[in-house]
Amino acid sequence: MGERVGIEVSIAAAEAVKMANTDVIAAYPITPQTHIVEHLSELVADGELDAEFIPVESEHSAMSVCCGSSAVGARTFTCTSSQGLALMNEIVFIAPSLRLPIVMILANRSMSGPLSIWNDHTDVMSIRDCGWIQIFTENGQEVFDHVMFAFRVAENSSVSLPVIVNLDGFVLTHVIEPIEFWDKETVKQYLPDFKPVNQLHPDNPVTMGAFGLPSIFTEAKKAQDEALINSKSEILKAWKEMGDLVGRYYKPVETYQLDGSETVFLTIGSFGETVSVAVDELRAQGKSVGQVKLRLWRPFPFDEFREAVRGVKRIIVIDRAISYGGPGGPVASEIRSVLYQEENMPVITNFLCGFAGRDVTSDDYISMYEKTEQMAKGKVTQEDYIIYGVRE
Amino acid sequence: MIEVRLHGRGGQGAVTSAELLALAAINEGKYAQAFPSFGPERRGAPVIAFCRIDDKPIRIRSAIYKPDLVLVLDPGILRLVNVTSGLKEDGILIANTKYSGKELRKELGIKHPLATVNATHIAMEELGLPITNTTMLGSLLKAREIIPFDSLIDPLKKRFGRIAEKNIKVFTRAYQETELTR
Repeated sequence: MGERVGIEVSIAAAEAVKMANTDVIAAYPITPQTHIVEHLSELVADGELDAEFIPVESEHSAMSVCCGSSAVGARTFTCTSSQGLALMNEIVFIAPSLRLPIVMILANRSMSGPLSIWNDHTDVMSIRDCGWIQIFTENGQEVFDHVMFAFRVAENSSVSLPVIVNLDGFVLTHVIEPIEFWDKETVKQYLPDFKPVNQLHPDNPVTMGAFGLPSIFTEAKKAQDEALINSKSEILKAWKEMGDLVGRYYKPVETYQLDGSETVFLTIGSFGETVSVAVDELRAQGKSVGQVKLRLWRPFPFDEFREAVRGVKRIIVIDRAISYGGPGGPVASEIRSVLYQEENMPVITNFLCGFAGRDVTSDDYISMYEKTEQMAKGKVTQEDYIIYGVRE
Repeated sequence: MIEVRLHGRGGQGAVTSAELLALAAINEGKYAQAFPSFGPERRGAPVIAFCRIDDKPIRIRSAIYKPDLVLVLDPGILRLVNVTSGLKEDGILIANTKYSGKELRKELGIKHPLATVNATHIAMEELGLPITNTTMLGSLLKAREIIPFDSLIDPLKKRFGRIAEKNIKVFTRAYQETELTR
Protein backbone atom coordinates (compact mmCIF):
# COMPACT_ATOMS: atom_id res chain seq x y z
CA MET A 1 0.00 0.00 0.00
CA GLY A 2 1.16 3.49 -0.76
CA GLU A 3 0.90 6.68 1.21
CA ARG A 4 -2.43 8.50 1.69
CA VAL A 5 -1.91 12.16 0.90
CA GLY A 6 -3.97 15.31 0.57
CA ILE A 7 -3.24 16.61 -2.90
CA GLU A 8 -4.80 18.42 -5.86
CA VAL A 9 -6.14 15.85 -8.30
CA SER A 10 -4.17 17.38 -11.20
CA ILE A 11 -0.91 17.11 -9.28
CA ALA A 12 -1.70 13.52 -8.30
CA ALA A 13 -2.39 12.70 -11.96
CA ALA A 14 1.00 14.13 -12.94
CA GLU A 15 2.68 12.18 -10.14
CA ALA A 16 1.04 9.00 -11.47
CA VAL A 17 2.44 9.74 -14.93
CA LYS A 18 5.84 10.12 -13.29
CA MET A 19 5.50 6.87 -11.36
CA ALA A 20 4.56 5.13 -14.60
CA ASN A 21 8.02 6.09 -15.80
CA THR A 22 6.79 7.87 -18.90
CA ASP A 23 9.40 8.52 -21.61
CA VAL A 24 7.85 11.32 -23.63
CA ILE A 25 5.33 14.01 -22.75
CA ALA A 26 4.16 16.34 -25.49
CA ALA A 27 1.49 18.83 -24.50
CA TYR A 28 0.27 22.38 -24.78
CA PRO A 29 -1.25 24.01 -21.70
CA ILE A 30 -4.98 24.74 -21.70
CA THR A 31 -7.43 25.37 -18.86
CA PRO A 32 -8.42 23.26 -16.92
CA GLN A 33 -5.70 20.77 -17.82
CA THR A 34 -2.90 23.26 -17.05
CA HIS A 35 -1.79 22.07 -13.61
CA ILE A 36 -1.16 18.55 -14.91
CA VAL A 37 1.29 19.58 -17.64
CA GLU A 38 2.84 22.35 -15.56
CA HIS A 39 3.66 19.85 -12.84
CA LEU A 40 5.04 17.33 -15.33
CA SER A 41 7.17 20.05 -16.85
CA GLU A 42 8.55 20.82 -13.36
CA LEU A 43 9.21 17.15 -12.62
CA VAL A 44 11.22 16.81 -15.82
CA ALA A 45 13.08 20.12 -15.27
CA ASP A 46 13.93 19.13 -11.68
CA GLY A 47 15.28 15.79 -12.83
CA GLU A 48 12.66 13.82 -10.91
CA LEU A 49 11.35 12.28 -14.10
CA ASP A 50 13.77 11.16 -16.77
CA ALA A 51 11.60 11.99 -19.76
CA GLU A 52 11.53 14.26 -22.76
CA PHE A 53 9.04 17.07 -22.16
CA ILE A 54 8.29 18.55 -25.56
CA PRO A 55 6.59 21.95 -25.20
CA VAL A 56 4.92 21.99 -28.60
CA GLU A 57 3.36 25.07 -30.21
CA SER A 58 -0.11 23.55 -30.61
CA GLU A 59 -2.16 20.49 -29.75
CA HIS A 60 -2.00 19.37 -33.37
CA SER A 61 1.74 19.13 -32.88
CA ALA A 62 1.32 17.53 -29.46
CA MET A 63 -0.54 14.56 -30.87
CA SER A 64 1.79 14.41 -33.87
CA VAL A 65 4.80 14.20 -31.54
CA CYS A 66 2.99 11.55 -29.50
CA CYS A 67 2.43 9.43 -32.61
CA GLY A 68 6.10 9.66 -33.55
CA SER A 69 7.42 8.89 -30.08
CA SER A 70 5.00 6.03 -29.50
CA ALA A 71 5.93 4.56 -32.89
CA VAL A 72 9.59 4.31 -31.92
CA GLY A 73 8.63 2.55 -28.70
CA ALA A 74 8.60 5.33 -26.10
CA ARG A 75 5.98 5.37 -23.36
CA THR A 76 4.02 8.46 -24.35
CA PHE A 77 1.63 10.80 -22.56
CA THR A 78 -0.36 13.88 -23.43
CA CYS A 79 -3.13 15.86 -21.87
CA THR A 80 -5.62 18.38 -23.16
CA SER A 81 -9.12 19.89 -22.93
CA SER A 82 -11.85 21.20 -25.18
CA GLN A 83 -10.45 23.52 -27.90
CA GLY A 84 -7.10 21.77 -27.55
CA LEU A 85 -8.73 18.44 -28.35
CA ALA A 86 -10.48 20.06 -31.30
CA LEU A 87 -7.17 21.33 -32.62
CA MET A 88 -5.55 17.90 -32.33
CA ASN A 89 -8.61 16.18 -33.76
CA GLU A 90 -7.02 15.24 -37.08
CA ILE A 91 -4.25 13.25 -35.40
CA VAL A 92 -6.53 11.84 -32.68
CA PHE A 93 -8.04 9.63 -35.36
CA ILE A 94 -4.61 8.60 -36.67
CA ALA A 95 -3.26 7.23 -33.37
CA PRO A 96 -5.62 4.23 -33.03
CA SER A 97 -5.49 3.43 -36.74
CA LEU A 98 -1.69 3.13 -36.37
CA ARG A 99 -2.26 1.10 -33.17
CA LEU A 100 -0.17 3.52 -31.11
CA PRO A 101 -0.64 3.05 -27.34
CA ILE A 102 -0.60 6.72 -26.32
CA VAL A 103 -2.21 7.69 -23.02
CA MET A 104 -4.17 10.95 -22.89
CA ILE A 105 -5.85 12.60 -19.93
CA LEU A 106 -8.77 14.68 -21.10
CA ALA A 107 -9.75 17.29 -18.53
CA ASN A 108 -13.28 17.65 -19.80
CA ARG A 109 -14.38 21.16 -20.71
CA SER A 110 -17.12 22.68 -22.80
CA MET A 111 -16.53 23.43 -26.46
CA SER A 112 -16.89 27.12 -27.33
CA GLY A 113 -18.98 29.11 -28.12
CA PRO A 114 -19.92 31.07 -26.28
CA LEU A 115 -16.36 30.99 -25.03
CA SER A 116 -16.22 28.98 -21.83
CA ILE A 117 -13.50 27.36 -19.79
CA TRP A 118 -15.81 25.29 -17.59
CA ASN A 119 -16.68 21.63 -17.38
CA ASP A 120 -19.03 19.49 -19.38
CA HIS A 121 -18.64 16.62 -21.84
CA THR A 122 -18.98 18.31 -25.20
CA ASP A 123 -15.27 17.85 -25.89
CA VAL A 124 -15.07 14.09 -25.42
CA MET A 125 -18.41 13.45 -27.10
CA SER A 126 -17.09 15.16 -30.23
CA ILE A 127 -14.55 12.33 -30.59
CA ARG A 128 -16.80 9.48 -29.55
CA ASP A 129 -16.00 7.60 -32.75
CA CYS A 130 -12.25 8.24 -32.87
CA GLY A 131 -11.30 4.64 -31.96
CA TRP A 132 -9.59 5.22 -28.60
CA ILE A 133 -10.40 3.21 -25.48
CA GLN A 134 -12.33 5.70 -23.33
CA ILE A 135 -12.74 5.63 -19.55
CA PHE A 136 -14.55 8.00 -17.15
CA THR A 137 -13.52 8.71 -13.56
CA GLU A 138 -15.49 9.94 -10.55
CA ASN A 139 -12.83 11.14 -8.13
CA GLY A 140 -9.12 11.75 -7.67
CA GLN A 141 -8.34 8.21 -6.58
CA GLU A 142 -9.89 6.83 -9.73
CA VAL A 143 -7.83 9.25 -11.81
CA PHE A 144 -4.59 8.15 -10.17
CA ASP A 145 -5.44 4.46 -10.53
CA HIS A 146 -6.49 4.85 -14.15
CA VAL A 147 -3.27 6.46 -15.26
CA MET A 148 -1.56 3.17 -14.37
CA PHE A 149 -4.43 1.22 -15.89
CA ALA A 150 -4.32 3.22 -19.13
CA PHE A 151 -0.63 2.52 -19.79
CA ARG A 152 -1.04 -1.11 -18.85
CA VAL A 153 -3.99 -1.69 -21.21
CA ALA A 154 -2.77 0.50 -24.07
CA GLU A 155 0.65 -1.13 -24.28
CA ASN A 156 -0.53 -4.71 -23.90
CA SER A 157 0.61 -6.44 -27.09
CA SER A 158 -2.86 -7.80 -27.81
CA VAL A 159 -4.41 -4.33 -27.44
CA SER A 160 -1.92 -1.76 -28.75
CA LEU A 161 -4.44 1.06 -28.79
CA PRO A 162 -4.47 4.56 -27.29
CA VAL A 163 -6.49 5.24 -24.11
CA ILE A 164 -8.29 8.39 -22.97
CA VAL A 165 -8.86 8.90 -19.24
CA ASN A 166 -11.62 11.48 -18.80
CA LEU A 167 -11.76 13.60 -15.68
CA ASP A 168 -14.08 16.52 -15.20
CA GLY A 169 -12.37 19.87 -15.47
CA PHE A 170 -12.35 21.91 -12.22
CA VAL A 171 -14.89 19.58 -10.54
CA LEU A 172 -11.97 17.14 -10.25
CA THR A 173 -8.85 18.81 -11.62
CA HIS A 174 -8.78 21.68 -9.12
CA VAL A 175 -9.92 19.85 -5.99
CA ILE A 176 -7.69 18.88 -3.09
CA GLU A 177 -8.69 15.56 -1.60
CA PRO A 178 -7.14 12.45 -0.06
CA ILE A 179 -5.55 10.07 -2.57
CA GLU A 180 -3.77 6.83 -1.83
CA PHE A 181 -0.61 6.63 -3.91
CA TRP A 182 0.83 3.35 -5.12
CA ASP A 183 4.23 2.31 -3.89
CA LYS A 184 6.98 1.80 -6.47
CA GLU A 185 6.92 -1.97 -6.10
CA THR A 186 3.21 -2.13 -6.91
CA VAL A 187 3.68 0.02 -10.02
CA LYS A 188 6.49 -2.25 -11.14
CA GLN A 189 4.39 -5.34 -10.60
CA TYR A 190 1.37 -3.91 -12.42
CA LEU A 191 3.00 -2.11 -15.30
CA PRO A 192 5.59 -4.02 -17.34
CA ASP A 193 8.05 -2.24 -19.63
CA PHE A 194 6.65 -1.12 -22.97
CA LYS A 195 7.55 -3.56 -25.74
CA PRO A 196 5.97 -2.29 -28.95
CA VAL A 197 4.42 -4.80 -31.33
CA ASN A 198 5.69 -2.83 -34.32
CA GLN A 199 8.43 -0.28 -34.00
CA LEU A 200 9.99 2.36 -36.19
CA HIS A 201 13.66 1.47 -36.14
CA PRO A 202 16.47 2.14 -38.63
CA ASP A 203 17.67 -1.48 -38.36
CA ASN A 204 14.32 -2.86 -39.36
CA PRO A 205 12.52 -0.35 -41.59
CA VAL A 206 8.71 -0.52 -41.68
CA THR A 207 6.04 1.83 -43.00
CA MET A 208 3.41 3.20 -40.66
CA GLY A 209 0.51 5.30 -41.82
CA ALA A 210 0.60 4.21 -45.41
CA PHE A 211 -1.90 5.16 -48.08
CA GLY A 212 -5.10 3.04 -47.85
CA LEU A 213 -6.59 2.35 -51.24
CA PRO A 214 -10.30 1.50 -51.48
CA SER A 215 -9.24 -2.10 -52.00
CA ILE A 216 -7.82 -2.33 -48.45
CA PHE A 217 -9.40 0.50 -46.44
CA THR A 218 -12.54 -1.45 -45.44
CA GLU A 219 -10.43 -4.35 -44.19
CA ALA A 220 -8.24 -1.96 -42.20
CA LYS A 221 -11.33 -0.47 -40.54
CA LYS A 222 -12.75 -3.93 -39.78
CA ALA A 223 -9.45 -4.88 -38.16
CA GLN A 224 -9.43 -1.66 -36.12
CA ASP A 225 -13.00 -2.20 -34.93
CA GLU A 226 -12.20 -5.75 -33.88
CA ALA A 227 -9.08 -4.60 -32.06
CA LEU A 228 -11.13 -2.15 -30.01
CA ILE A 229 -13.86 -4.69 -29.26
CA ASN A 230 -11.30 -7.34 -28.33
CA SER A 231 -9.44 -4.97 -26.01
CA LYS A 232 -12.18 -5.59 -23.46
CA SER A 233 -10.74 -8.85 -22.19
CA GLU A 234 -7.45 -7.10 -21.34
CA ILE A 235 -9.38 -4.20 -19.80
CA LEU A 236 -11.21 -6.60 -17.48
CA LYS A 237 -7.98 -8.39 -16.65
CA ALA A 238 -6.18 -5.11 -15.89
CA TRP A 239 -8.97 -4.06 -13.51
CA LYS A 240 -8.98 -7.44 -11.79
CA GLU A 241 -5.24 -7.39 -11.24
CA MET A 242 -5.36 -3.81 -10.00
CA GLY A 243 -8.00 -4.87 -7.49
CA ASP A 244 -5.82 -7.72 -6.30
CA LEU A 245 -2.90 -5.33 -5.86
CA VAL A 246 -4.46 -2.19 -4.39
CA GLY A 247 -7.85 -3.42 -3.20
CA ARG A 248 -9.99 -1.29 -5.51
CA TYR A 249 -11.93 -3.38 -8.03
CA TYR A 250 -13.27 -1.39 -10.95
CA LYS A 251 -15.86 -2.57 -13.46
CA PRO A 252 -17.05 -1.42 -16.89
CA VAL A 253 -20.51 -0.74 -15.43
CA GLU A 254 -20.81 0.02 -11.75
CA THR A 255 -23.95 0.13 -9.67
CA TYR A 256 -25.15 1.75 -6.46
CA GLN A 257 -28.21 0.66 -4.48
CA LEU A 258 -29.42 -1.18 -7.54
CA ASP A 259 -31.10 -4.24 -6.05
CA GLY A 260 -34.74 -4.24 -7.06
CA SER A 261 -34.74 -0.54 -7.94
CA GLU A 262 -37.58 0.50 -10.22
CA THR A 263 -35.86 3.69 -11.30
CA VAL A 264 -32.15 4.17 -11.89
CA PHE A 265 -30.01 7.18 -12.65
CA LEU A 266 -27.38 6.62 -15.31
CA THR A 267 -24.27 8.77 -14.90
CA ILE A 268 -20.78 9.14 -16.29
CA GLY A 269 -17.93 11.00 -14.63
CA SER A 270 -17.80 13.01 -11.41
CA PHE A 271 -21.50 13.93 -11.30
CA GLY A 272 -22.05 10.31 -10.28
CA GLU A 273 -20.97 10.92 -6.70
CA THR A 274 -23.48 13.71 -6.13
CA VAL A 275 -26.18 11.55 -7.73
CA SER A 276 -25.36 8.81 -5.18
CA VAL A 277 -26.14 11.33 -2.44
CA ALA A 278 -29.50 12.05 -4.12
CA VAL A 279 -30.16 8.30 -4.36
CA ASP A 280 -29.61 7.98 -0.59
CA GLU A 281 -32.03 10.84 0.08
CA LEU A 282 -34.70 9.40 -2.23
CA ARG A 283 -34.37 5.94 -0.67
CA ALA A 284 -34.75 7.52 2.76
CA GLN A 285 -38.09 8.83 1.47
CA GLY A 286 -39.02 5.25 0.56
CA LYS A 287 -38.47 5.60 -3.22
CA SER A 288 -37.20 2.63 -5.17
CA VAL A 289 -34.16 4.31 -6.73
CA GLY A 290 -30.68 3.15 -7.64
CA GLN A 291 -27.81 4.15 -9.86
CA VAL A 292 -25.82 2.75 -12.77
CA LYS A 293 -22.51 4.33 -13.74
CA LEU A 294 -20.74 3.82 -17.03
CA ARG A 295 -17.01 3.70 -16.46
CA LEU A 296 -16.09 2.17 -19.80
CA TRP A 297 -17.43 4.20 -22.69
CA ARG A 298 -15.43 2.56 -25.49
CA PRO A 299 -15.52 -0.33 -26.14
CA PHE A 300 -19.14 -0.08 -24.98
CA PRO A 301 -19.93 -2.73 -22.33
CA PHE A 302 -23.15 -4.03 -23.88
CA ASP A 303 -23.56 -7.22 -21.83
CA GLU A 304 -22.72 -5.64 -18.48
CA PHE A 305 -25.02 -2.72 -19.14
CA ARG A 306 -28.01 -4.85 -20.18
CA GLU A 307 -27.45 -7.08 -17.18
CA ALA A 308 -27.31 -4.10 -14.81
CA VAL A 309 -30.63 -2.61 -15.95
CA ARG A 310 -32.55 -5.87 -16.34
CA GLY A 311 -35.97 -5.48 -14.71
CA VAL A 312 -35.56 -1.73 -14.24
CA LYS A 313 -38.68 0.26 -15.17
CA ARG A 314 -37.24 3.72 -15.67
CA ILE A 315 -33.79 5.06 -16.50
CA ILE A 316 -32.92 8.70 -15.93
CA VAL A 317 -29.96 9.40 -18.19
CA ILE A 318 -27.83 12.36 -17.16
CA ASP A 319 -26.06 13.86 -20.17
CA ARG A 320 -23.43 16.59 -20.14
CA ALA A 321 -23.58 17.37 -23.85
CA ILE A 322 -26.18 18.03 -26.49
CA SER A 323 -26.68 16.67 -29.97
CA TYR A 324 -28.28 19.74 -31.53
CA GLY A 325 -31.42 18.80 -33.41
CA GLY A 326 -30.78 15.16 -32.63
CA PRO A 327 -32.03 12.65 -30.08
CA GLY A 328 -31.02 14.57 -26.93
CA GLY A 329 -27.75 13.73 -25.22
CA PRO A 330 -25.18 11.35 -26.68
CA VAL A 331 -25.32 8.97 -23.70
CA ALA A 332 -29.12 8.67 -23.81
CA SER A 333 -29.03 8.17 -27.53
CA GLU A 334 -26.68 5.22 -27.12
CA ILE A 335 -28.63 3.74 -24.21
CA ARG A 336 -31.85 3.82 -26.22
CA SER A 337 -30.06 2.11 -29.06
CA VAL A 338 -28.52 -0.55 -26.80
CA LEU A 339 -31.89 -1.40 -25.22
CA TYR A 340 -34.07 -0.99 -28.30
CA GLN A 341 -34.81 -4.66 -28.88
CA GLU A 342 -34.97 -5.67 -25.24
CA GLU A 343 -38.22 -7.07 -23.91
CA ASN A 344 -39.87 -4.72 -21.39
CA MET A 345 -37.69 -1.84 -22.43
CA PRO A 346 -37.53 0.71 -19.62
CA VAL A 347 -38.89 4.21 -20.01
CA ILE A 348 -35.88 6.45 -20.62
CA THR A 349 -35.91 10.10 -19.61
CA ASN A 350 -32.97 12.27 -20.55
CA PHE A 351 -31.80 15.29 -18.61
CA LEU A 352 -29.06 17.47 -20.07
CA CYS A 353 -27.42 19.41 -17.28
CA GLY A 354 -24.25 20.92 -15.92
CA PHE A 355 -23.33 22.65 -19.16
CA ALA A 356 -20.11 24.64 -18.92
CA GLY A 357 -19.78 24.49 -15.16
CA ARG A 358 -23.42 25.11 -14.18
CA ASP A 359 -23.63 23.59 -10.72
CA VAL A 360 -26.01 20.67 -10.24
CA THR A 361 -26.90 19.78 -6.65
CA SER A 362 -28.39 16.63 -5.17
CA ASP A 363 -31.69 18.54 -4.84
CA ASP A 364 -31.60 19.05 -8.60
CA TYR A 365 -31.34 15.29 -9.17
CA ILE A 366 -34.24 14.75 -6.80
CA SER A 367 -36.36 17.10 -8.89
CA MET A 368 -35.27 15.21 -12.04
CA TYR A 369 -36.52 12.04 -10.37
CA GLU A 370 -39.85 13.68 -9.54
CA LYS A 371 -40.19 14.96 -13.10
CA THR A 372 -39.48 11.45 -14.39
CA GLU A 373 -42.24 10.01 -12.20
CA GLN A 374 -44.67 12.48 -13.75
CA MET A 375 -43.44 11.87 -17.29
CA ALA A 376 -43.65 8.10 -16.91
CA LYS A 377 -47.41 8.43 -16.43
CA GLY A 378 -47.67 9.65 -20.03
CA LYS A 379 -45.81 8.62 -23.16
CA VAL A 380 -42.10 9.36 -23.40
CA THR A 381 -40.83 9.31 -26.96
CA GLN A 382 -37.39 8.71 -28.42
CA GLU A 383 -36.95 12.41 -29.10
CA ASP A 384 -37.79 13.61 -25.60
CA TYR A 385 -35.11 15.33 -23.63
CA ILE A 386 -35.01 18.13 -21.13
CA ILE A 387 -32.31 20.74 -20.81
CA TYR A 388 -32.48 21.03 -17.05
CA GLY A 389 -32.45 24.28 -15.11
CA VAL A 390 -32.91 26.71 -17.99
CA ARG A 391 -33.80 30.14 -16.61
CA GLU A 392 -36.90 31.43 -18.34
CA MET B 1 -19.80 16.98 7.68
CA ILE B 2 -18.53 20.49 8.25
CA GLU B 3 -18.80 22.90 5.32
CA VAL B 4 -16.78 26.12 5.23
CA ARG B 5 -17.12 28.95 2.74
CA LEU B 6 -14.23 31.41 2.50
CA HIS B 7 -14.56 34.93 1.12
CA GLY B 8 -11.60 37.03 0.09
CA ARG B 9 -10.20 39.04 -2.78
CA GLY B 10 -8.24 37.52 -5.63
CA GLY B 11 -4.59 37.28 -4.49
CA GLN B 12 -5.32 37.23 -0.75
CA GLY B 13 -5.03 33.48 -0.47
CA ALA B 14 -8.58 32.32 0.22
CA VAL B 15 -7.92 29.23 -1.88
CA THR B 16 -4.70 28.56 0.03
CA SER B 17 -6.60 28.79 3.33
CA ALA B 18 -9.13 26.23 2.12
CA GLU B 19 -6.29 23.98 0.96
CA LEU B 20 -4.38 24.19 4.25
CA LEU B 21 -7.51 23.36 6.19
CA ALA B 22 -8.19 20.31 4.00
CA LEU B 23 -4.58 19.12 4.14
CA ALA B 24 -4.55 19.36 7.92
CA ALA B 25 -7.80 17.39 8.15
CA ILE B 26 -6.52 14.72 5.76
CA ASN B 27 -3.32 14.40 7.79
CA GLU B 28 -5.54 13.78 10.80
CA GLY B 29 -7.02 10.80 8.95
CA LYS B 30 -10.22 12.60 8.03
CA TYR B 31 -11.71 13.13 4.59
CA ALA B 32 -11.70 16.61 3.11
CA GLN B 33 -12.18 18.59 -0.07
CA ALA B 34 -10.89 22.06 -0.89
CA PHE B 35 -11.75 23.85 -4.09
CA PRO B 36 -12.04 27.34 -5.51
CA SER B 37 -15.12 28.85 -7.01
CA PHE B 38 -14.04 27.92 -10.49
CA GLY B 39 -13.35 30.76 -12.83
CA PRO B 40 -10.89 33.26 -14.21
CA GLU B 41 -10.16 34.96 -10.91
CA ARG B 42 -8.87 38.53 -10.98
CA ARG B 43 -6.57 40.09 -8.42
CA GLY B 44 -8.60 42.26 -6.05
CA ALA B 45 -12.03 41.04 -7.08
CA PRO B 46 -14.22 39.19 -4.53
CA VAL B 47 -13.55 35.44 -4.68
CA ILE B 48 -14.90 32.38 -2.89
CA ALA B 49 -13.29 29.10 -1.89
CA PHE B 50 -14.77 26.05 -0.21
CA CYS B 51 -13.74 23.33 2.22
CA ARG B 52 -15.59 20.23 3.38
CA ILE B 53 -14.40 18.01 6.24
CA ASP B 54 -15.95 14.72 7.27
CA ASP B 55 -15.16 11.44 9.02
CA LYS B 56 -16.29 9.44 5.98
CA PRO B 57 -15.57 9.78 2.25
CA ILE B 58 -17.16 12.90 0.76
CA ARG B 59 -19.21 12.27 -2.36
CA ILE B 60 -20.90 15.59 -2.89
CA ARG B 61 -19.22 17.63 -5.65
CA SER B 62 -21.39 20.68 -5.98
CA ALA B 63 -20.61 24.06 -4.41
CA ILE B 64 -21.46 24.81 -0.75
CA TYR B 65 -24.76 26.67 -0.33
CA LYS B 66 -25.49 26.07 3.37
CA PRO B 67 -22.15 26.47 5.16
CA ASP B 68 -21.55 25.78 8.85
CA LEU B 69 -18.83 28.42 8.93
CA VAL B 70 -18.12 31.49 6.83
CA LEU B 71 -14.63 32.98 6.91
CA VAL B 72 -14.09 36.52 5.62
CA LEU B 73 -10.48 37.48 4.95
CA ASP B 74 -11.05 41.04 3.81
CA PRO B 75 -12.95 43.67 5.84
CA GLY B 76 -14.27 45.38 2.71
CA ILE B 77 -16.00 42.19 1.56
CA LEU B 78 -18.38 42.38 4.53
CA ARG B 79 -20.10 45.36 2.96
CA LEU B 80 -19.77 44.16 -0.63
CA VAL B 81 -21.01 40.59 -0.55
CA ASN B 82 -23.87 38.96 1.33
CA VAL B 83 -21.44 36.79 3.27
CA THR B 84 -24.07 35.16 5.51
CA SER B 85 -26.07 33.89 2.52
CA GLY B 86 -27.20 30.33 3.36
CA LEU B 87 -25.22 30.28 6.62
CA LYS B 88 -26.89 27.76 8.94
CA GLU B 89 -28.83 29.23 11.84
CA ASP B 90 -26.21 28.14 14.37
CA GLY B 91 -23.41 28.79 11.86
CA ILE B 92 -20.65 31.24 12.74
CA LEU B 93 -19.42 34.23 10.76
CA ILE B 94 -15.69 34.68 11.27
CA ALA B 95 -14.59 38.10 10.14
CA ASN B 96 -11.45 40.14 9.77
CA THR B 97 -12.53 43.51 11.13
CA LYS B 98 -11.27 46.31 13.31
CA TYR B 99 -14.70 46.60 14.89
CA SER B 100 -16.01 44.62 17.84
CA GLY B 101 -18.55 41.87 17.35
CA LYS B 102 -21.26 44.08 18.86
CA GLU B 103 -20.48 46.96 16.50
CA LEU B 104 -20.39 44.65 13.51
CA ARG B 105 -23.67 43.01 14.45
CA LYS B 106 -25.31 46.40 14.72
CA GLU B 107 -23.83 47.79 11.53
CA LEU B 108 -24.52 44.80 9.28
CA GLY B 109 -27.64 43.49 11.01
CA ILE B 110 -26.16 40.02 11.38
CA LYS B 111 -27.96 37.63 13.74
CA HIS B 112 -25.46 34.75 13.61
CA PRO B 113 -22.79 34.12 16.23
CA LEU B 114 -19.68 36.12 15.36
CA ALA B 115 -15.96 35.63 15.71
CA THR B 116 -13.98 38.81 15.10
CA VAL B 117 -10.31 39.65 14.92
CA ASN B 118 -8.27 42.50 13.47
CA ALA B 119 -6.33 40.19 11.19
CA THR B 120 -5.05 42.95 8.92
CA HIS B 121 -3.39 44.58 11.94
CA ILE B 122 -1.79 41.29 13.01
CA ALA B 123 -0.61 40.51 9.48
CA MET B 124 0.87 43.99 9.04
CA GLU B 125 2.76 43.71 12.33
CA GLU B 126 4.13 40.24 11.74
CA LEU B 127 4.31 39.80 7.96
CA GLY B 128 4.43 43.41 6.84
CA LEU B 129 1.71 42.60 4.33
CA PRO B 130 -2.09 42.83 4.51
CA ILE B 131 -2.40 39.15 3.55
CA THR B 132 -4.64 37.53 6.14
CA ASN B 133 -5.26 33.99 4.92
CA THR B 134 -3.08 32.16 7.46
CA THR B 135 -4.03 34.64 10.20
CA MET B 136 -7.73 33.99 9.71
CA LEU B 137 -7.25 30.22 10.01
CA GLY B 138 -6.35 30.83 13.66
CA SER B 139 -9.56 32.76 14.10
CA LEU B 140 -11.54 29.99 12.41
CA LEU B 141 -10.23 27.36 14.80
CA LYS B 142 -10.94 29.62 17.78
CA ALA B 143 -14.54 29.98 16.62
CA ARG B 144 -14.90 26.22 16.24
CA GLU B 145 -12.07 23.75 16.57
CA ILE B 146 -13.13 21.60 13.60
CA ILE B 147 -9.62 20.16 13.53
CA PRO B 148 -6.98 20.38 16.28
CA PHE B 149 -5.02 23.65 16.36
CA ASP B 150 -1.71 21.79 16.11
CA SER B 151 -2.74 19.91 12.97
CA LEU B 152 -2.23 23.08 10.92
CA ILE B 153 1.38 23.58 11.96
CA ASP B 154 2.76 20.94 9.61
CA PRO B 155 0.84 22.11 6.51
CA LEU B 156 1.91 25.71 7.28
CA LYS B 157 5.56 24.62 7.53
CA LYS B 158 5.41 22.70 4.27
CA ARG B 159 3.64 25.46 2.40
CA PHE B 160 5.64 28.46 3.54
CA GLY B 161 9.17 27.16 4.01
CA ARG B 162 11.40 29.96 5.28
CA ILE B 163 8.47 32.26 6.11
CA ALA B 164 6.60 29.45 7.89
CA GLU B 165 7.47 30.71 11.39
CA LYS B 166 5.90 34.11 10.68
CA ASN B 167 2.76 32.46 9.37
CA ILE B 168 2.56 30.20 12.39
CA LYS B 169 2.91 33.31 14.55
CA VAL B 170 -0.01 35.15 12.90
CA PHE B 171 -2.07 31.96 13.01
CA THR B 172 -1.39 31.62 16.74
CA ARG B 173 -1.97 35.29 17.51
CA ALA B 174 -5.33 35.28 15.71
CA TYR B 175 -6.35 32.22 17.69
CA GLN B 176 -5.53 34.10 20.91
CA GLU B 177 -6.97 37.49 19.91
CA THR B 178 -10.26 36.39 18.36
CA GLU B 179 -13.38 37.52 20.25
CA LEU B 180 -16.55 35.52 20.20
CA THR B 181 -19.89 37.31 20.25
CA ARG B 182 -22.85 34.97 20.64
